Amino acid sequence: MVPPVLIFAIGNESRGDDAIAPLLLRRLASWLETENIAGQFELLEDFQLQIEHAADIAGRELILFIDAGMDTLDPYSFYRAQYNDSRTLFSHAITPEAVLSTFRQVFQKTPPPAFVLCVRGEQFELGAPLSPQAEKRMVLAWELLHALTRNAEASDWENRTTPV
Amino acid sequence: MTKTIDNLETAAHPENLRRVAIDPVSRVEGHGKVTLLLDENDHIHQVRLHIVEFRGFEKFIQGRPYWEAPVMVQRLCGICPVSHHLAASKALDMIVGATLTPTAEKVRRLMHYGQMLQSHALHFYHLCSPDLLFGFDSDVAKRNIVGIVAAYPEIAKQGVLLRKYGQEVIRITAGKRVHGTGSIPGGVNKNVSIEERDYLLKDIEQIVAWSRESVGIARKLFEQNLDLYNNFGRFKAHTLNLVREDGAMDLYHGGLRARDMDGNTLFDHYDYSHYWDVIFEDVKPWSYMKFPFLRSLGPEEGWYRVGPLSRVTQCDFIPTPLAEQARKEFMAFNGGSAAGATLGFHWARMIEMLHSAEQIRELLLDPDLQGTDLVTKGKRQERGVGVIEAPRGTLIHHYKVDEHDQIIRCNLIVSTTHNNQAMNEGIRQVARQYLDGRKLTEGLLNHIEVAIRAFDPCLSCATHALGKMPLEVELLDAVGGMLSTLSRSSDGVFSN
Repeated sequence: MVPPVLIFAIGNESRGDDAIAPLLLRRLASWLETENIAGQFELLEDFQLQIEHAADIAGRELILFIDAGMDTLDPYSFYRAQYNDSRTLFSHAITPEAVLSTFRQVFQKTPPPAFVLCVRGEQFELGAPLSPQAEKRMVLAWELLHALTRNAEASDWENRTTPV
Repeated sequence: MTKTIDNLETAAHPENLRRVAIDPVSRVEGHGKVTLLLDENDHIHQVRLHIVEFRGFEKFIQGRPYWEAPVMVQRLCGICPVSHHLAASKALDMIVGATLTPTAEKVRRLMHYGQMLQSHALHFYHLCSPDLLFGFDSDVAKRNIVGIVAAYPEIAKQGVLLRKYGQEVIRITAGKRVHGTGSIPGGVNKNVSIEERDYLLKDIEQIVAWSRESVGIARKLFEQNLDLYNNFGRFKAHTLNLVREDGAMDLYHGGLRARDMDGNTLFDHYDYSHYWDVIFEDVKPWSYMKFPFLRSLGPEEGWYRVGPLSRVTQCDFIPTPLAEQARKEFMAFNGGSAAGATLGFHWARMIEMLHSAEQIRELLLDPDLQGTDLVTKGKRQERGVGVIEAPRGTLIHHYKVDEHDQIIRCNLIVSTTHNNQAMNEGIRQVARQYLDGRKLTEGLLNHIEVAIRAFDPCLSCATHALGKMPLEVELLDAVGGMLSTLSRSSDGVFSN
């Protein structure tokens, strides 16, 4: 039996603001333990999304992808990710929507509700530190994560979506 | 050096030519850019693969304590972190003067074959199969994994599950899915428990069977399109790869073997700890990526090809039965024509995937995996070199460490850098064959990308932020004015 909520953090902590999601995830792991609700969640971190992540979706009720984005609205966007068969894979890295599509196509099941928390980043070069702007945005993103994990229901998350 | 028009590296009068850029190349990692210079009659005068992003690997690593390196170097690349993890560990084995215990070496090998399996599966099933199964200039709306799933659902599913299995091997041997700490200077920090072994054994027969079928698919593609597969982007190249002492394929360890384009041995079983005596790196003003060459042949003639095609064709045999049989068939196919074909990379890659699956099966049955003698040390050295055959080819890590245990010098030659000139040769050949004198279309430009993708290059290491990875093709006039542009977003939507 897998935990009902899966949270992906996508990023490389040695590439500037690409560290946003891994850092948030680690903080979240500690917080979930102290709140005694860790059992409801599985937290997965990776450098980037790829097709095999579709296999992690099986058996879940709710999915959250945390990522950093270059063209994201300040401070972040929180939106429902829709699988879309017109989306295609062009890289060793794929989008959350492509992971959902791969799940649907390969396993012939409708993926569970999935959301993306994309925090705006400024710099992504190898060896770059976290930018001051990213640090501020992470504070706001952390507040949202609190709310999302306290009430991990798709309907509640839907009400918290922001403009993309 | 200015070259003639024939070799297409540098045009004689670029000021009079139109420029087309494929920026960045899609379905390869990172930010590669291809530029074509054409005259008014669409004849091509110059073709170059540029690497747009400077990686700064060495600067990132220098100044750190050496024991951090096997973990830190994984952050260089989100595509093959395990290869960097192991190459760095091998270099640091030399620094700590270690000779690995059987358990340590076998756990590392298992990790490595897991990486090879998942990397090759991703490349063949999901990055290249749209081109190979539908055609290079087929309807772009279908030439993608969605189209593959619709037309070949079992193939798509096998690709996901092969990839997943390889990731599980990595998780168990490295300790985590990412940021693994399994390999350390002098050994490993964990063995493989009976429970972990049994978990992996449960599916290994299926993995071997699917890998075998994959070789069959690659062969069938050749058989069905013999002329195309034999001749597409074909060029002769020297080769470089590791081989075991007895000449067998060994993807984890061995001596360097280099052969010239006619198959004559240039050096064999060369101790890689002095690689700089046989390999040197040239620079060219138009690319950030260096151009390695074999010293004995010089910078102009000494470039070479690494990766699956070199390894499968230049080893004396593969030490697992199914892959060895597949190698023999590959080498004998149509008088040996596949062994020199750019698209032969795909077939060779599947033979390596089969070999990796067989190696995983063999290792899982080896009781040394449950050994408890994990780490050794010996006389401390100041310099260490680690070489491994990564999925894309030979990977070199070289460190110098001071008396305070800090890395003070670092040189990495990654697989894609070894293939830099070879990829340029491949796309120039394709430009001559398919593009010269014709009006460019998306399908024709995709032929260039198909040639690059055959090498499975990792052009820059993994920043993946949402919104990156578009494809832009610009057609400019002789003075740089924009004539037309075509863009493809990261989700595959084209716009003008």
